[in-house]
Amino acid sequence: MTNQTQWSRTQKRKESLMRLLFTGSASLVSLVIFSLILFVGYQGVQTFRNIPAGEFFLSTDWTPSQNRFGALPFLCSTFLLTLLSVALAVPLALSGAVFLAKIAPRAVREMLRPAIDLFVGIPSVVYGLIGMTVLVPLLAKLFPGTVGYGILPAALILAVMILPTILSVSEDAIRSLPQRLEEASLALGATRWQTIRRVLIPAAAPGILTGIILGMGRAIGETMAVYMVIGNSPQMPKSLLDSTTVLTTAIVKDMPSTFYGTAWNNALYLMALVLLFISLLLILIIRMAAKRSELS
Amino acid sequence: MFKGKQITTLLLAAAMSLGLLAGCGQSKDSGASAGAGGNTGADNGGAKQEQQLSGTVTASGSTALAPLVKQAAADFMDKNPKVTVNVTGGGSGTGLKNVADGTSDIGNSDVAAEGEFKDKGLVDHVVAIAPFAIITNNDVGIDNLSKQQAADIFTGKITNWKDIPGGKDMKITVVHRPASSGSRRLVQQIVLDGKEFTKEGIEQAESGAMKTAVASTSGAVGYVDIPFVDQTVKAVKFDGVAFSKETVRSGAYKLYGVEHMYTKGEPAGAVKAFLDFIMSKDFQERRVEELKFLPASLLSK
Repeated sequence: MTNQTQWSRTQKRKESLMRLLFTGSASLVSLVIFSLILFVGYQGVQTFRNIPAGEFFLSTDWTPSQNRFGALPFLCSTFLLTLLSVALAVPLALSGAVFLAKIAPRAVREMLRPAIDLFVGIPSVVYGLIGMTVLVPLLAKLFPGTVGYGILPAALILAVMILPTILSVSEDAIRSLPQRLEEASLALGATRWQTIRRVLIPAAAPGILTGIILGMGRAIGETMAVYMVIGNSPQMPKSLLDSTTVLTTAIVKDMPSTFYGTAWNNALYLMALVLLFISLLLILIIRMAAKRSELS
Repeated sequence: MFKGKQITTLLLAAAMSLGLLAGCGQSKDSGASAGAGGNTGADNGGAKQEQQLSGTVTASGSTALAPLVKQAAADFMDKNPKVTVNVTGGGSGTGLKNVADGTSDIGNSDVAAEGEFKDKGLVDHVVAIAPFAIITNNDVGIDNLSKQQAADIFTGKITNWKDIPGGKDMKITVVHRPASSGSRRLVQQIVLDGKEFTKEGIEQAESGAMKTAVASTSGAVGYVDIPFVDQTVKAVKFDGVAFSKETVRSGAYKLYGVEHMYTKGEPAGAVKAFLDFIMSKDFQERRVEELKFLPASLLSK
């Protein structure tokens, strides 16, 4: 009888130790993430001590050497770039997803799907290199009078980068639809195209939206590949092939020249905070869209 | 809690990784002691000291000066096999920042440390003169730019090559360097008299990238130091004066920078030996000119 109690005591001790370990790890991770957000937030908010919020968000003049910190060009370019790359990627990704899920024979799908999943893992700097050495001179040749740098090559590269993400998530969404939807539609006399367009895609919409937002998140946060092809001048772009800067490249461009505690440095942290907020917002939208799909 | 075999394995793994870490720490320790020994032994002097030098020297900053420092590092490491010299870029501003907060032993800069660096205790060592040139793409066809014309181009007043006598009807694309670049600050001081660069144009991170961008972009204009100039770009005359050693010495060619290597406080040990090596007569007369820089003593004559 003494053996039993000793054994159960050891078990109880092991149990509480493990629980402590797991809780401790989870708390450590949360602590790190929260302190990161808090630090960036605190540094960013310090900007408003020297620079009015209106100037930061509405002025187009970014001349740090003369204490003018107007980040509107960066915000606009980020917005434009993300929109354009998503607009380029979504039609292709959606068509690819529909093809792989509904039209392709099994052999083709077995071959293509792993290939596409592989593309997600390509380091973005590779895309940047190809963009800089191949795409930019090509665009300069196609559009004489421009240098080839600008939002257009960046959007093209980003579209290629986020295409596998959107495609794989959308394909999973379409494939997980119940078979009866398709069967019912066909039984009612709809053609394959009508079924896909009017029944399946709307039904898979929450999943497809999740994929699009994931791709958007990746496009917004992309730094190096964009830095190599966008031209990096701190001004509003006048065309798609005009040199400009986005939030991420503005940070990577100016960080080495700033000192911790100066207004310039704080302005960069504020830009990082804006990026953080945008990604958090996108994640919230994904969760809301996911909830909707569960309900249906 | 763990069985006997598991404990033994864990202990062995821990012992081996400790051994690995100890090996990593070795050179740094001997570097410090050799540094201290080198300092006291310096009074005794002699080549014997060089054989005992070991340690690591880190230098960062100007990408214009980098080719010279890298060559010096290679030569120095040949003579002192126990020393490791690491040279990185990042621009003059980054170099100054790194040496001020202790990240690098040496900060390379094309411009003198000013303003916020005055009270950081940086000691200056002038190692070379780096002549600069305004470069254009080979299709521009301009041979000479006056200071006013260059200033107008870089501030954005002139945007087409046809506004320069002898130029074709081609849009001017200005290639910039980042704000931390010493080359950029130098051109701003000498050519623009402190005015701001235009915001138009494209930006490249370092000297080599600047040259490549100007070489491959039609109608481009930029600035880089002479060692980077080759036949893929055209170096124009400045105020009618072409670059040469004589024109810099006589003061006719105004576009040059004094290359500084800063240390925090007086250097010691391997760092001091490295700096002494760069400023030695042998290195200055041979390598410096070989790499198309000019010796530091050129202007003090």
